[in-house]
Amino acid sequence: MKLPYERPHIRKLTAGPPSKFGPRPGQQPVTELDGVPVTALAARYGSPLFVLSERQLRRNYQAAVRAFGTRYPQVQLAWSYKTNYLNAVCRVFHQEGAWAEVVSGFELEKALGNGVPGHQILFNGPGKRRADLLRAAEVDAVIHLDHADELHLLLELAAGLPQRPRVALRINLDAGTFPQWDRFGFNLENGQAWQAIERLAAAADRVELIGLHCHIGTFVLQPAAYGVAAGKLAALAQRCARELQAPIQYLDLGGGFPSTNTLKGAYLPGPDTVPPLDDYAEAITQALLGAGFRPDELPLLILEAGRVLVDDAGSLLGSVLATKRLADGRRATIVDFGVNLLFTSYWYDHLISPTRDYSPQTETTVLYGPLCMNIDVLREAVSLPLLAPGDLLVVHKVGAYNMSQWQQFITLRPNVVLIDMQGEVHVVREAETLAYLQQLEKVPGHLR
Amino acid sequence: MKLKPTIALSAAGLLFNPATGDSFSANPVALEILGLLREDAAPEAAKTAVLARYEVEAHQLDKDWDDLVAQLRQHDLLDS
Ligand SMILES: Cc1ncc(COP(=O)(O)O)c(C=O)c1O
Repeated sequence: MKLPYERPHIRKLTAGPPSKFGPRPGQQPVTELDGVPVTALAARYGSPLFVLSERQLRRNYQAAVRAFGTRYPQVQLAWSYKTNYLNAVCRVFHQEGAWAEVVSGFELEKALGNGVPGHQILFNGPGKRRADLLRAAEVDAVIHLDHADELHLLLELAAGLPQRPRVALRINLDAGTFPQWDRFGFNLENGQAWQAIERLAAAADRVELIGLHCHIGTFVLQPAAYGVAAGKLAALAQRCARELQAPIQYLDLGGGFPSTNTLKGAYLPGPDTVPPLDDYAEAITQALLGAGFRPDELPLLILEAGRVLVDDAGSLLGSVLATKRLADGRRATIVDFGVNLLFTSYWYDHLISPTRDYSPQTETTVLYGPLCMNIDVLREAVSLPLLAPGDLLVVHKVGAYNMSQWQQFITLRPNVVLIDMQGEVHVVREAETLAYLQQLEKVPGHLR
Repeated sequence: MKLKPTIALSAAGLLFNPATGDSFSANPVALEILGLLREDAAPEAAKTAVLARYEVEAHQLDKDWDDLVAQLRQHDLLDS
């Protein structure tokens, strides 16, 4: 029997106190995902491979419902499609009871195709076209108005429609966060929002204002900011009822709740610094319950949580292609997934785990993707065991935004599998092929 | 290829360079190779010994050998 081999390596020992954070959690090998061996997944479905956990999706959804539903009588989640609009993911959430939050015409069709009734679809976004507005009105989706041009276009269109479109107003407001998101919706503090509400109230024969919406940012780390936003929306709703006799049915506080990923440049890892969803639920519901609504007038509370529901339910399995040394002696590791698949590596220092045992020797390495592009850097410096070509790695918490913002650039997008509650593996999006890629191309006759 | 004669090498895999005060930890394969070099083994003989003892293909060892040489050079542990 020969001894297990690991490439020869010497590590310079630096004087100084040992890390107060103890051993790095990333070094624990992850041999299975939801009970399925990672080696079996890679052998069967290839590498790289996105792996989704149905169990974690459901767990996250139920935890969110619990956080808000135990504190407030009427709560509804609307799944934010752009976070991950693979139909399998959307359908898990819809089965759990989620409405849909969409921001484009094709997302609206996707939600309808997933069986969501039109009246349970909230249509956000600054870029709705005339045809989108007509389609939304036709299926009775709620149109969240973003700007005055859209409001006036809808009023014009509504004049010719058989039934009144239902609308909500997107509000931007000062919740004490910096930078303040003021590019979407109507500003509260400068009177724009009230002006729009008056305009809608005056056109109540053509459109029905039923909700107020705000989405103060993404990965917002201050629960108190949501309390401020909820308080301001509640006051605005009460003013609608009082001054315009236009009661507001729902307040939509948007999404933006952080997952436990570690933001780039953060000093401490995400799990140690990100407030739990309960803190956000507490801030929002306390503000609403304390706003002075009569019990029978309490509006429905809608949340459009995205990443907090899906981020930790997705992993990316990938392989080491090569290791090399840079001019200054630093180690570089090239893996088979790049920023084309892992868009969120621009925001996060993703936790990356080995998948088998190694010696305790570790090495700091730059992690490069396979693209022939300078931007393709996944981690500037990450401490990993002595990896060899062919070794598998797991990147954690990649469920949000990657499977929608990924790019087909230089490489084709890989398989995505979902591991169900029984541990069965299902392909939910097949790996792309050259034929798929070229099916929309046309070669002019003179070039054939 | 020769390790600087002043470099101290311990059985636990610690290297110490008295000229600079730097110390290093070597993993088992590196320690084995450094031990052989210390005994003046020729590179080919050292590689043969590693191939006989460890689960590794010759082409992989060749690549990793060059990488080890680069590390030793970077830390100024080689004689020439
Ligand atoms: C209007 C709206 N709602 C909800 C979301 C989901 O945000 P998050 O994933 O941060 O929860 C977004 C994302 O940008 C959004 O624009």
